[in-house]
Amino acid sequence: MYDKLWLIPFFPLAGSVINGLLGKKIKSEKVIGTIATLAVAMSFLVSCSCFLSLLGDQVKVHQQVIASWMTVGTLNIEWGFLLDPLSAIMLMVVTGVGSLIHLYSIGYMHGEEGFYRFFCYLNLFVFAMLMLVLGNNALVMFIGWEGVGLCSYLLIGYYFHKQSAGDAAKKAFVVNRIGDFGFLLGLFLLFWTMGTEHGVWTFNFVEIAEKGHLLGAGGTVVTIVTLCFFLGATGKSAQIPLYTWLPDAMEGPTPVSALIHAATMVTAGVYMIGRLNGLFAMAPNTMMVVAIVGAATAIFAATIGFAQNDIKRVLAYSTVSQLGYMFLAMGVGAFTAGIFHLMTHAFFKACLFLGSGSVIHAMHHGLHHAHLHDDPQDMRNMGGLAKKMPITYWTFLISTLAISGFPLLSGFFSKDEILWWSFGSTRGAIGLWAIGAVAAGMTAFYMFRCVSLTFWGEQRTNPKAKDHIRESPLVITIPLMVLGFLALVGGWIGVPALLGDAFGGMANHFEHFLEPVFGHSQETYHIAIREALHHSAGLEWGMMGLSVLIAFIGIGIALYFYIWRPGLAAKFVNAFPQLHRVVFNKWYMDELYDTLFVNPVKRLGTFCWKGFDVKVIDGIVNGVPRLIGDFGKALRLVQSGFVHNYAMVMVVGTIMILAIYIL
Amino acid sequence: MEHGITVHHYLVLSAILFSLGTFGVLTRKNAIVIFMCIELMLNSVNLTFIALSRHLGNMDGQVFVFFVMTVAAAEAAVGLALMITMYRNQESIEVDDINMLKW
Repeated sequence: MYDKLWLIPFFPLAGSVINGLLGKKIKSEKVIGTIATLAVAMSFLVSCSCFLSLLGDQVKVHQQVIASWMTVGTLNIEWGFLLDPLSAIMLMVVTGVGSLIHLYSIGYMHGEEGFYRFFCYLNLFVFAMLMLVLGNNALVMFIGWEGVGLCSYLLIGYYFHKQSAGDAAKKAFVVNRIGDFGFLLGLFLLFWTMGTEHGVWTFNFVEIAEKGHLLGAGGTVVTIVTLCFFLGATGKSAQIPLYTWLPDAMEGPTPVSALIHAATMVTAGVYMIGRLNGLFAMAPNTMMVVAIVGAATAIFAATIGFAQNDIKRVLAYSTVSQLGYMFLAMGVGAFTAGIFHLMTHAFFKACLFLGSGSVIHAMHHGLHHAHLHDDPQDMRNMGGLAKKMPITYWTFLISTLAISGFPLLSGFFSKDEILWWSFGSTRGAIGLWAIGAVAAGMTAFYMFRCVSLTFWGEQRTNPKAKDHIRESPLVITIPLMVLGFLALVGGWIGVPALLGDAFGGMANHFEHFLEPVFGHSQETYHIAIREALHHSAGLEWGMMGLSVLIAFIGIGIALYFYIWRPGLAAKFVNAFPQLHRVVFNKWYMDELYDTLFVNPVKRLGTFCWKGFDVKVIDGIVNGVPRLIGDFGKALRLVQSGFVHNYAMVMVVGTIMILAIYIL
Repeated sequence: MEHGITVHHYLVLSAILFSLGTFGVLTRKNAIVIFMCIELMLNSVNLTFIALSRHLGNMDGQVFVFFVMTVAAAEAAVGLALMITMYRNQESIEVDDINMLKW
């Protein structure tokens, strides 16, 4: 089965090419949608069979080389794929969630003018993501890395007639690029140091994992290399300081937000750290930076989520916040927990986004019917939709409970694992746990605020539109149901040891499966729960109970503010208008970036244009001909038409020649 | 000091005639007069050739004079033809009036 690895990225690429080239001619939406969805679905099937083969296999690392890309001396860079437990899981998440979203998009994008263009880009995106995840060397991964950035630009700017969409797409691409610069710097430094100092010239991940220790644990080189890679991760995965593009990216259609900005692209950074875990394990300083940035982002984004009115914005900041959790996990050495959270997050966040899409779709339909121009995405126009859209409501509620860490749902297991490790890991700190716990409470609060405003309470939608809001068609609700189900039960494959013992010997299958990937570096560099805590089950239960309690408090406060005392929120805002304004305006970070970076660069650009390009370059390019022209104007006066002048010139010339000759 | 007319006298005379011819070409307005001055220049050159031929004892100079005379005749014929055409167009053969080929 492993020789079929190349099929996995091939199907979406083929789908993209077919839809891209022939899409305009294929008039049927169903055909275009089916081609695209089938492509990803077939990749999913192949991924599943590879996964199953891997489960039973003793050898956990398989590479497949398609062709050679560049050969320079002893360095051989190839187009190769790497299948190991980590990439197997990522494959299934990407293709599985991806195919559900493709199916959903057939219904959601119905009637759109650029229907085929959407599916072409969406397939291209899946292709790039698969290259990223499957690549056996850093260069193939980088192709995927850049590719997802490109497709993100194309898809965010899908409604390119809208100025805001075009701006958001550009912002996403530029901010991403800054991160990519970090990635490249790290890669170059790694390659160069390994090569010149240790004679190992390679980009291949397996070789880097084997020979990486040559760089010297805790050394400056490793620290700088990993910091640069982490910068790349902050760009791609929207951490502080490069997160500003993600909320704006909500300009794209909702399936795009679900696929790219919840389930797949933004997880590329986390995957990269997982792939290079050997290097990161050698650089404790970097890991601390990663953990701090992750925790800070988690809590920072959560605060902004408090005050947003647009349903997609709330979910966008929630994504940034949950990504912070994943990086917190990777930073304290809980690699498995980070990937686990990545997976559960993909389930519930995709479900949330698709659910919000369903709501927006219904609201749009209703408002359109009544010829109103209210914003269909503004939660202040929603309310009481639970009865109107039951399937959407229930899947949304389940996913919200999952993200809030409600016991026994998927999010609970993964988030709890992360919090326990931030507390008890050899690379953890109690401060990190505290921030994570508070952020968890905040997550519960703002997500339930979102649910309350959208689905509970009285309907605030304009009466004329109210009755036209109804549940979405099956092609939209089936993916919701599948994802909701996964959000509900998906956590059971990663039950932590504590609960597993309590439930009668359930193993942590997830951790066991990923052990070949992370186990080596965790053992070598002593990344584990501290010895002292190994047998304090009581403390672990206590912490678990505490985080559940915090979640319930968050939920409770949200219910209090929005269901029991509906006017309380408004009163709170009025009591602290300044604070509300700051939080609502995202702590003015965009404005800060504008002043510090964007405007100076713009001014530099304008100066280069007006001051240099126009004045100097055009001056030279236009000036030289003008000079020649003026010279010519002067010179042609010689031709006076006056015959005596010509004769005189001849005589004078002859005399001069004679004079020079004689003298 | 030699006696009699030496070659120097011929050369000086030739130079004077040449200068007079040049001055005439540069100064006179009438095209016929300019042609006459050109003839004068040509003849002065002829004189130089013959004087030096005699002085150096080489016949080449005198043979060349034949060529010069032939050319002078042909050139005078062509020039007069030009002048006739000019007169037909401009009613004048003053060189100052032939000034259309200018910038």
